Parts: sequence; C-alpha cells; structure tokens
Amino acid sequence: MSDKPEPTVRLSVFKTYKLYVGGKFPRSESGRVYEVTDSKDRPLANAPQGSRKDARDAVVAARKAFGGWSGATAYNRGQVLYRVAEMLEGRADQFTREVAEAEGLSRAKAAAQVSAAVDRWVWYAGWTDKIAQVAGGANPVAGPFFNLSSPEPTGVVAVLAPQRSSLLGLVSVLAPVLATGCTAVVVASEDRPLPALTLGEVLATSDVPGGAVNILSGRTAELAAPLAAHQDVNAIDLTGAPAELAVELERAAADNLKRVLRPADAEGDGEDFTADPGIRRLTPFLETKTVWHPTGSLGVSGSAY
Amino acid sequence: MLTGVSMSRKELKSEFGDVTATETGLRRFLHGLPGVDPVGLETRAAALGTRSIKTTAKAYALDLAISMIDLTTLEGSDTAGKVRALGAKAVLPDPSDRSTPQTAAVCVYPDMVATAKAAVAGSPVKVASVATGFPAGRVTLDVKLADTREAVAAGADEIDMVIDRGAFLAGNYGKVHEEITAVKEAAGDARLKVIFETGELSTYDNIRRASWLSMLAGADFIKTSTGKVGVNATPANTLLMLQAVRDFRDRTGVQIGVKPAGGIRTAKDAVKFLVLVNETAGPDWLDSHWFRFGASSLLGDLLMQRQKLRTGRYSGPDYVTVD
Repeated sequence: MSDKPEPTVRLSVFKTYKLYVGGKFPRSESGRVYEVTDSKDRPLANAPQGSRKDARDAVVAARKAFGGWSGATAYNRGQVLYRVAEMLEGRADQFTREVAEAEGLSRAKAAAQVSAAVDRWVWYAGWTDKIAQVAGGANPVAGPFFNLSSPEPTGVVAVLAPQRSSLLGLVSVLAPVLATGCTAVVVASEDRPLPALTLGEVLATSDVPGGAVNILSGRTAELAAPLAAHQDVNAIDLTGAPAELAVELERAAADNLKRVLRPADAEGDGEDFTADPGIRRLTPFLETKTVWHPTGSLGVSGSAY
Repeated sequence: MLTGVSMSRKELKSEFGDVTATETGLRRFLHGLPGVDPVGLETRAAALGTRSIKTTAKAYALDLAISMIDLTTLEGSDTAGKVRALGAKAVLPDPSDRSTPQTAAVCVYPDMVATAKAAVAGSPVKVASVATGFPAGRVTLDVKLADTREAVAAGADEIDMVIDRGAFLAGNYGKVHEEITAVKEAAGDARLKVIFETGELSTYDNIRRASWLSMLAGADFIKTSTGKVGVNATPANTLLMLQAVRDFRDRTGVQIGVKPAGGIRTAKDAVKFLVLVNETAGPDWLDSHWFRFGASSLLGDLLMQRQKLRTGRYSGPDYVTVD
C-alpha cells in the first residue's frame, strides 16, 4: 500500500546579474549591489553597483583588447558583429521580457524593440568595411604624390548608454564604436541595466574578443567621472549623461583631448533610436591618417614608373 | 644577537669555520637547517599580500619601491642606445615630476657597463652588471672570474652572479661555495648579489640551503632569479629568503640584502613585497641598500600609480616610457 508521491515543487533558479569586464563576468570589486525595479517600482533583481575601480579595470581590459580588435580586418569585424545579431535573435524571448519589464512596454512593443536592436547590429556589421571609403579617400594634391586619408579607430571609448532605451538605445551607441574598431567601456542605464548586463552574455558567445566590450552597471555619475578623467580613454560618448553632468564630464575629458560626442539634445536622451541611424555615430571616433606616397617619374630614364 | 654586535668577515669565518672548511661540514650544516613547511609558507605569503596599503602609506610605498628598482635590460638585442635610454630613465624616471625618486641602479650585461656608467654619471644611480656566464652559468671558473673582473674594471658598482645550479642540485656544495668566494674576491669593492635561480632549485628546502650557503660564502645580496626561466620571484620564495637574512643577522650581526627579480610587473605586486620585507626581515631592510627589485616594466606601473595619487585621475601607458 503506497501513497502516491507528492508532486515535487521545483524552485526556479534566479539569475545573478554581473558586470562584463575583460570577457569575464565579475561582481563589482566593491561588493555592492543595488535594487533594480520595473516601471512600477516592483523589484526585478539586484544589479552590481560598479565602482571607480571597476571602471579602471574595464579600461585596462579595453586597452588590452584594442590591438587585436582594431587590427582585425574590417571584413572580420563585420562577420563578428553579424554573429552578435544572430546570437541576439536566438535569445529574443529573454530580451523581450527584460525590455518589457524595464521600460514598461507591452510584449509586442518590446519585441519590436528587440527586433530593431538585432537589425541595428546588422546595419553596423555592414558598415565595418565601408566606412573607410566614405570617411576617407584620395586627396588631390599639387605635387607628384598619391595622397590618401584613411580613418582609423581612436582607441578606448567610454560609452554612457541612453538612460531610457535599455536595449535598442544601448545597441545604437555600442555597435558603431565596435564597427570602427574601437573598444568600449559601457556604463549601462542606471535604472534599467538588466538588458545591458544580459547583452554581455550575448557578446561573450559571439566571437567578440574578451575586453573589446566591457559593461558596467551602477550610478552613472560615479562611473562616468573617473572614465571622463582617465588618461587612457580616447573618447567619450555622453549620450546617457544628464545635461549638467555632461558639461562636467566634457570639462574633465578636455584634459587629455578626448573626443567627445555630446548628447543629441539637452534632455540627455530624447533621441529617437528607432530612426535611421545614418553614420552620425561612426565618424566621431575615427582619427584620420593621411599618407603621402611619391609617384610620377623617379629619374630621367624615361621610365613610365 | 642584535645589530651592533656585527662580526667582521674574519670572525664570521671562525664562527662557521668548521662548517665551511669541508664539503662534509657544509652538507651537515645545510641539511641540518629546519625543513620548510611549504603550505605554511605560501599561506603566510598570501596572507601578507592581503594587507591594504592606502593614501600616505601607499605614497610612501610607491616612492620606496621606485628607489629600490634595479632597472634591468638583459636581452641579446640590447644596444648602446637602449642602455643610454635606460640610464636616462633611471636618473629621471618621470620627467613630468621631478620629485620622483631615482631608481637604485641599472642592471646590464658586462659589455654594456661602460655605456651605462656614462649614462648615469653624476647621479647616485649605481651600475650593476650580471656576470659569471649569466644566465646559465655553464662556463668554467676562469671564465666566470674574467667576466667579473672585466665588469668591475669597466666600472660596475655591483655584480650579479649566478650559482652553478647543476653543482648545487648534485649536492656539490663545496664547489658552489668556492665559486662564490672566488667571485667575491674578484669583485673587490663591488657588492656581490648571488642569484639562485629559484625556479630551477625545485624545493623550498633547497632555496633555504642556497641562501645560507651564499651568505656563508660572502654574498652581500641574495637574489631569486635571472628572469630567464618560467618561475621567477614569487612572494613565497622571497619570504623564505627574507627569513634567512633575518636569521643570519640574528646569529652573526651581518646584514645581507635581498633582491627578488623577474615577474614583478605591477605596483600592487611591489607593495606586497614591501609588506613581506617589513613583516619578515623588519624595517631595517626597507632601504634600497638592503632590498631591490629586479624589474623593467614595473617602473612604468609605479609611475602611473604615482601620477594617479598626485592628480586624482587614472593615468595610462601613453604617459610613461615604452621600454
């Protein structure tokens, strides 16, 4: 005589959100976390609250990765970015849920954001080997020279991700940085960091070299200040900075002549990320190298070359 | 026994006369040293590495570490130009901040000693030269002595010799002792650093024995490694050597220096070593006369940390020299 066994209740496994630095998923060096809530103030998860030392470590990782990523062929970079789109597509359901929770959108609207984010990766994947022709080229000069300008990646770019658009906005500011061959330290949206932290998992499985993208969550002002003043950061994208902070950061960035991309408007991120991105975000992080190559006759022998 | 009761070399010889007189005596003494507890040693070294050194203590440690560096270039590709650049860097490590201390020495191959000497002329920076068939040491004693004499004649203030690891591992302690004594004599007034190449000695017991053997033979400094093998200076083997110099001074009153070399690349690592020194040998060793770092890229990181403390912003490799 045996009783029917009680149906076992399975406890679901909760995810610990972590930073993405140097291809690894560490907790914040400070050990701090902060509560992330949905649009109706219901708690979603604890996110790591990064410190300035996390920012420093991320810059070191990004600098280390810069040689490999910028040295990869533009074609190869395009393939890798396309691979990110593939991986993102495969996890569309998870991102749809996270975006819906973070931004308070309906499922359908969140799904549209995720699809747009996937398409955004594809857009920039296509641009990797084309930007050089658009932003560079041959210059006519008054002398027997070929004169060529070629755009090259500037280096490590600190990216303050948009505060409101947690995935599409993030991809819209991150992808162009990667497309040009720069490496990035991203400060995720302060109140909506979860899609960004999950994007780290997508990047880690997409052949993006460890360190090429580093994602930090925490207080934007606390993380942005050391990044703006950091002497080994070459550029800063202030998209996610509130107006007052943006001014302060731009001042700090002037110290080592960082390239600065200002927020699109005074509001910080009123930017419509669903619009056609163009190449507005590709060109700010390029350095133009111009080479002079002698041409024409090299002697009096009459040789044509 | 405390300091002040320092023995002369002669007295030292008589105290340990029966030890160093014969191969058997040496073996009995060295094998009579207490065995090393590897787990305890590594735990202790790791525990000391967790000390938090901040603000003014950090500033002090960074400056001290810079002043203890033997700025080293030991490559087959060394040129006179590179040695001159190294000398300039030793004399003025951070041109943007003249309050930066100078390094203790530059360390080069014997044929570069004259160039290095000229590069640091007029400054307190010393010139150290590796000798005795560095890094393998697989040459005859005559060649080792000639190598040493040439370096000293060219103006080297310090000689870094390598021991014959083959003889040591074969238990031929007498030969190793004899060679150190002979090189010490050939070095004259130059301070002698004895390199064990700890990565080739296999056990901690061997490192302890090598330490005592060298100190008995007249080393002024004991040094971990050449920087040419896989395992170089580690906190554990440096801790062990610091214990040896502490015990040696307690017994004889003679103070011997310690130099970890190879693999120390970050300011954080360097500060950990300084904690080891202070907690093991004591503050008497916290001076460039008694403790050195054999390093090259370490200086860059120390300077970056120093700039960070001064300005409050993180510095980058663009603001220090490329080796």
